[in-house]
Amino acid sequence: MPAIATAAPATSVPPPVETVTVKVNGRTVVVPKTMPDWQGKPQLTTMLQAARLGGVEIPHYCYHDKLPVVGNCRMCLVEFGTPVMNSATRKPVLNEDGTPKIARSVLPYEPGTPRGAITCATPISPGMEIYADSPATKQMREAVLEFLLINHPLDCPICDQAGECKLQEYSVQHGQATSEFVETKVHKPKAVDLGPRIMLDDERCILCTRCIRFTKDIAGDDALGIVNRGSYNSVAAYPGRKFDNNYSLNTVDICPVGALTSKDFRFKMRVWFLKETRSLCTSCGTGCNIVIGSREDTIHRFEPRDNAAVNSSWMCDSGRLNYKWIGRPDRLRDVGVRGERSTWSAALRELHAALAQAPMGSVAIIAGARQTTEELYLLKRLAERFGAATDSVPRTGAADGFLVAADRNCNTQGARLTGIWSGTMGAQIPRIAEGIRTGKVRTLLVFGEDVTRYGIGEELLASLETLVVSDILPSATTRAAHYLLPGCAAAEKRGTFVNVKGRLQKFLKAVEAPGDARPEWEFLSDLVEGGVSRKVPATLEGVFNQMVREIPAFSGLEWARIGDTGAAVPL
Amino acid sequence: MSFVIPKNLEAELDELATHYPVKRSASLMFLHALQEHFGFISNDAAEWTAGKLGLQPIHVYELITFYPMFRQEPIGRTQVKVCRTLSCALAGAAGIREHFCRKLGLDPHAHVPQTTPDGRFTVEFVECLAACGSAPVVLVNESLHECVGKGQADEILARGK
Ligand code: SF4
Ligand code: SF4
Ligand code: FES
Ligand code: FES
Repeated sequence: MPAIATAAPATSVPPPVETVTVKVNGRTVVVPKTMPDWQGKPQLTTMLQAARLGGVEIPHYCYHDKLPVVGNCRMCLVEFGTPVMNSATRKPVLNEDGTPKIARSVLPYEPGTPRGAITCATPISPGMEIYADSPATKQMREAVLEFLLINHPLDCPICDQAGECKLQEYSVQHGQATSEFVETKVHKPKAVDLGPRIMLDDERCILCTRCIRFTKDIAGDDALGIVNRGSYNSVAAYPGRKFDNNYSLNTVDICPVGALTSKDFRFKMRVWFLKETRSLCTSCGTGCNIVIGSREDTIHRFEPRDNAAVNSSWMCDSGRLNYKWIGRPDRLRDVGVRGERSTWSAALRELHAALAQAPMGSVAIIAGARQTTEELYLLKRLAERFGAATDSVPRTGAADGFLVAADRNCNTQGARLTGIWSGTMGAQIPRIAEGIRTGKVRTLLVFGEDVTRYGIGEELLASLETLVVSDILPSATTRAAHYLLPGCAAAEKRGTFVNVKGRLQKFLKAVEAPGDARPEWEFLSDLVEGGVSRKVPATLEGVFNQMVREIPAFSGLEWARIGDTGAAVPL
Repeated sequence: MSFVIPKNLEAELDELATHYPVKRSASLMFLHALQEHFGFISNDAAEWTAGKLGLQPIHVYELITFYPMFRQEPIGRTQVKVCRTLSCALAGAAGIREHFCRKLGLDPHAHVPQTTPDGRFTVEFVECLAACGSAPVVLVNESLHECVGKGQADEILARGK
């Protein structure tokens, strides 16, 4: 085949965005002619998207930004009009006042009846008028909702979705106050055990097929379908087949009603009691953005939060359910000095004195790559004071090609950028072990790892002069500690992680830590400066802003200016 | 129960699948052929079809549960389909079906297809058989019986396999 030289475009100026002018509820709105579809490919802008750009949200069930459009629920119907064209000149016909004449869309065989369009699947055309509030539109919505409610069990009082249910919300906003349905409702399967994490109530289902499309097109597991016919239509998996892929719980999030429920969350908490906190999943290096739902310092659920640069709208089931340990009864809650319960002030005073004695080169630090970037930065500063060797512990598994990363630490890159490790993570650990054995290393600081599992056994720990351990749960290492400093889970503090792709993301505090446990950055900043000459700021914002001044990869960042979706940093 | 497809049936179906631009479109033809051969469509048959057409079994199952003519369980050797649509209903279809049920010891009030324990008869209601002029109409396997009264019903049962 002859080689064809692809000429570079004459100019690199991006072409101007082609726009279309439409009216939404009487207001002129200029929108791009195409917009990204669920896969990010440009498609003609739909009426629903145009209305949204004009500040009007059109109610919808089956439509979801991240799923293929199917247009089956009809909830998004609206009345609309288009400019009348002179058939000979192809020019718009004008009213007497010079405005274009608009023809409302009507049924061809019944011109007195408005013909709605499903806005989720209908592209706009120039001059189109979208009547999202007109009496005809309202009537269409009432009728659609009436149909959806015909066989609906209306068991909101015992339904987990109540409070965040689109059927409830639209019924209140767009439905009729009373039902004219007097017949007997069709009964369908209830409490269907769809898979290990999902319970389905077919009577509540409105057959929008979001779950079916999600699992087929996003999770790549074509496991769900609709069986039976007419009013007996029910979502189901094939008999004997479990709906059990590692993304199954996302269907619970996108199910607009209470048909799909999470077995973990079901019947546990009414959603309106939950406080929502923006945070991050810590179960792998992807760092999916989440919302933590908590009440009175108890975490009840994790849900994914949109971030196009990281997790789109999804998260994996294993990460989502990995929160129970945060509330474990055996959490470390007390400050300990040589096995005795102590206080922060006493322990830190004593520890500071002990560290002050430590000669250069006699200290080593092992800092888990699940600590926050700020904590790792402070640990690195501490290390610099003693010329200490530092390292982290690698933690890997299989990547799944979608969200789950092979790196199971949530801040491997943060640990590298702060200088905790370089080259090969974990390579220093045998050297540190050797240093302890030869008596060169007399002081060891361990943050968030059980080093007895990584080659620094209990005998070695016992031979140390000073062993400082901070952790969340008890381990052989925490039991050997001279100074035990109880730390916090990510959900209990603020900070940042840098994900595998180099996205620095911040997370906020959802719940209080138990007992005396404190965020590690707090006592680390005490430790770094001995609590005397406060060269380390006393706020997390301060620590962060100081860190970005010292670490080139972070330069230009500022805590207050990192949005909810984080910022890219060069790796 | 082991599931065995005769070689010639398999060859026939494989050939059939080539007639469609998308293999999935052959699903219904597969199911018809399998039902004709086995008398019903077992889960094994559904899974075999899915495998042949590159589908997940759930999508074959969607079809089987959508069309009432597809059976998921073995049915009687003699299928008695009583039309219950308007003309036949007016001409006494309900009484005819009830008569069949009582004679065969089946529940006359159950609305689902019922099969006698000896596997000889299945009685069910169906919709219009397009012979409304001679209502009530009963389809027995492939043969249509018109203007069916109780006497004719008894003959049908007597001749049943
Ligand atoms: S279970 Fe939920 S998401 Fe799935 S079709 Fe029904 S309403 Fe839609
Ligand atoms: S993919 Fe990783 S970061 Fe995302 S939810 Fe799963 S474990 Fe958490
Ligand atoms: S959102 Fe369901 S038809 Fe448009
Ligand atoms: S109504 Fe029975 S054959 Fe048409």
